[in-house]
Amino acid sequence: MRTPVAYYLLLSGILFMLGTVGVLTRKNALLIFMSVELQLNAVNLSLVAFSRLHDDLTGQVLAFFSMVVAAAEVVVGLAIIVAIYRRRRSVDVDDVRELRW
Amino acid sequence: MPLDNVVFWVFAPISVASAIGMLLVRNAIHAALFLVVNFFCLAVFYLLLDAPFLFAVQIIVYAGAIMVLFLFVIMLLGVDSNVPIRERLVVQRPLAFILGAGFVAELALAIRAGVGFSTKAPAVFTANEGGNTQAVAKVLFTQYFFPFEVTSILLLVAAIAAMVLAHRKARAVTQAEIEAIAEDEAEMPMDGAGARP
Repeated sequence: MRTPVAYYLLLSGILFMLGTVGVLTRKNALLIFMSVELQLNAVNLSLVAFSRLHDDLTGQVLAFFSMVVAAAEVVVGLAIIVAIYRRRRSVDVDDVRELRW
Repeated sequence: MPLDNVVFWVFAPISVASAIGMLLVRNAIHAALFLVVNFFCLAVFYLLLDAPFLFAVQIIVYAGAIMVLFLFVIMLLGVDSNVPIRERLVVQRPLAFILGAGFVAELALAIRAGVGFSTKAPAVFTANEGGNTQAVAKVLFTQYFFPFEVTSILLLVAAIAAMVLAHRKARAVTQAEIEAIAEDEAEMPMDGAGARP
C-alpha cells in the first residue's frame, strides 16, 4: 500500500467536480443523470479510500449501500425521463420548466 | 516503484480523461460509453484499496446493470435522431469550470490539513482478515442489519415506482367527463354514432 491515500481522495474530488460541471452545463436530462452517477461514484471512491486508511470496513459497507441507493435512483429517474419523453417528445430540461417556480 | 503505484498512475489519468470525455461529447451513447470506462477504472481502484467485493459489485451493478439501463433508455428514446442543437449555456459553462476548479483547490487544502499528502494507509488491512467478502458480510449482517433490510424495501419500492411511472396505461376517464358525455347525449338528439363527442 504505497500510494498515499490523499491521491485517491484528490482523484475522487476531481471526478466529483467533473460530475458537478456536467450537471451544471448539460441540458439533456440523460446526460445530467449520468453526471450525477459520476458524482456518486466519486464519493464511493473516497469512502473506500477512507475505509482503507482507518482499517475499518464501515466505509466499504457505506459504499455498498450507496451503490444500492444509486441503482434505485437510476431506475426511478430513468422511468421519470421516459414518462416525460412520452408526453413532451423531448428530454431537454429547458422544455420542462413548469416545476421551476 | 511498487506495483500499486504504477497501476494507480496508469488508471487515474484514464478515469479523469473519460470523465472529461463524457462532459464534452455531444452524443449521449458516446457519453455512456465513456462513463463505462470510468466505472471500470474505479473498479480497479477498489481492487487497489483492498476491496475486491466492491470491485465485483462495481463491475456487475454499475458497469453492467446501470449502464445497460442507460443505454437501453437512450436507444429507446432515440434522443440523437433529430434534436436541434440549441445554443449552449454561454454564462454557466465558464462559471461552472471556475467553480469546479475552486472546489478542487479547496478540497486539496482540506485533504492536506486533514489527512496529509504523504499519509499512507497501514500496510496490512487487518479488517479484511478471513477474506474481504466474508468480513463485509459479517459487518453487513450484524452491525448494519437494519439499514440492509431498509435498503431491500427501498429497492422494492423503486421497482414498483418504475413500473407505475413507465407503464403506458389507457388514459383515465374521470367521473366528470363521463357525466359531461352523458349530458351531451341527453341534450343532443341521437343521430348516429358520429354524434358522439
